[in-house]
Amino acid sequence: MDLMKVNNRAVMTNEALQNLISSWIPELEFTEEGSQFLNITVQPENLHQLMSELKSNSETNFDYLFCVTGMDWGSALGVIYHLESTTHRHIIVVKVKTEDRENPTLDTVCDIWKTADFHEREVFDFFGIKFNNHPNLKRLFLTDEWEGFPLRKDYVDEINMIIK
Amino acid sequence: MDTTTVTNFKSEEYFINMGPQHPATHGVLRLLLTIDGEIIRKVEPDLGYIHRSIEKMCERDSYQQIVHLTDRMDYLSSHINNEAVCLTVENALELEVPERVKVIRTIIGELTRIASHCLWWGVMGMDVGALTTYFYGFRDRELINDIFEETCGARLTMNYNIPGGLMFDIHPNFVQRTKDFVAHFKTKIPEYDRLLTDNVIFQKRMKGVGILSKEDAISFGASGPVGRGSGYSCDVRKHHPYSALDKVTFKEALKTEGDSLARYEVRIQEMWESLSIIEQLIDNIPEGEHKVATKAVIKLPKGEFYQKVETARGELGVFIDSTGTKNPYRLKFRSPGFSNLSLLNHIAVGGKIGDLVASMATLDIVVPDIDR
Repeated sequence: MDLMKVNNRAVMTNEALQNLISSWIPELEFTEEGSQFLNITVQPENLHQLMSELKSNSETNFDYLFCVTGMDWGSALGVIYHLESTTHRHIIVVKVKTEDRENPTLDTVCDIWKTADFHEREVFDFFGIKFNNHPNLKRLFLTDEWEGFPLRKDYVDEINMIIK
Repeated sequence: MDTTTVTNFKSEEYFINMGPQHPATHGVLRLLLTIDGEIIRKVEPDLGYIHRSIEKMCERDSYQQIVHLTDRMDYLSSHINNEAVCLTVENALELEVPERVKVIRTIIGELTRIASHCLWWGVMGMDVGALTTYFYGFRDRELINDIFEETCGARLTMNYNIPGGLMFDIHPNFVQRTKDFVAHFKTKIPEYDRLLTDNVIFQKRMKGVGILSKEDAISFGASGPVGRGSGYSCDVRKHHPYSALDKVTFKEALKTEGDSLARYEVRIQEMWESLSIIEQLIDNIPEGEHKVATKAVIKLPKGEFYQKVETARGELGVFIDSTGTKNPYRLKFRSPGFSNLSLLNHIAVGGKIGDLVASMATLDIVVPDIDR
């Protein structure tokens, strides 16, 4: 295994991580371009399998999901997950996209990391992405009557938004 | 009472509303409690009363303007929040700030942490019925705010950091006043211990209450003193040092009990460590410029940038997705309070309402940090 020293601790290099992870699921896209971390893009149908393997495999052991970001890339909606291992201290970024803007649906990961419960509700609230098997998927910040999803790029609110 | 008497009473669950205007929720946070007698069955936080959608506002603002929005999140860690955005922008621009800036940022960051913990300690005592602590905590916090006022021009929402350095150089009195404060506060923490930590009633309210295991702490994304009270080493200053934190030695405050008392003691210990960090730096502030020039309109290169810092509440993350223009395409704040609040239900279920108030005080929630 390729190792490098960070803060006097041996961590897997991005290359070693990529070799290991690509052996689990074939159709993953890896890139380090424009980011300080290794980025994986995964198809929605493989998301849950990849995530549970990233957490449970002892070599990767990504047990700390520290950031869940909803994204609107224009044509596609999606989520960016930032993962860290508290034992190995390596960081990885997982991206998932869905082209369906009318009814975007992804699998939940809150059975893997409990923190995903609130984070996915926030993403649902602001981007309208639904999460399969989420135990309590409802709006978190906005009221239930709120129409639309404010952090989408095509959201319009002439009264409350100041456009420069 | 024998068991036959107990079964004569019917046990029924009902809802009770706590907040949004409740002194123990420290801001506009509403909790929907499911109660059986006085035993809590479920705690459901209702958020959004003061949500301003800072993330959406950032998409139309310049990077200099974004810094000013961040101290309206966790207003007790305002300097560290500002630093987080500045570091992200500087890293993206590959801008090396002078050593002087790094040291001053770290000193003020640690002063901010002490000020925040002073306030927390005051209201922590108040939440469990000891009003005196409130005045003691605020008395000492006031001294730090005076230092900030002199150097930054503001006491709370400081805006002292700008991308590229500091807004202006430190006040000539800064070094001496900070040293005076450190000397003063070293005599005060033992007073805090005598007044509250060693109090028998307080100990009984805290010990063994609101227990969070290490596995759950990691799974819930706990950070800051909440994580470290469960023996989870999560100090960003240790694992991903920034500014001048790689030049100082300090111990990460860790406790393994995972109860309310452990989280309390971690914060007390952190105040000692912060004093130690300040002492190591205050006599060695390097000479030099207090900023490097940046363009009036900052454009970040195309790409994604992430920076984490340790605020008084835990790990604050800033994620910027830039398309190369003067505004971020998407900016996400990973706030510590949001993840820490999500575990409230877990530690409160099975306890009493009074214990919920005490446990919540040890989570040290600041609502604008959650309602970003």
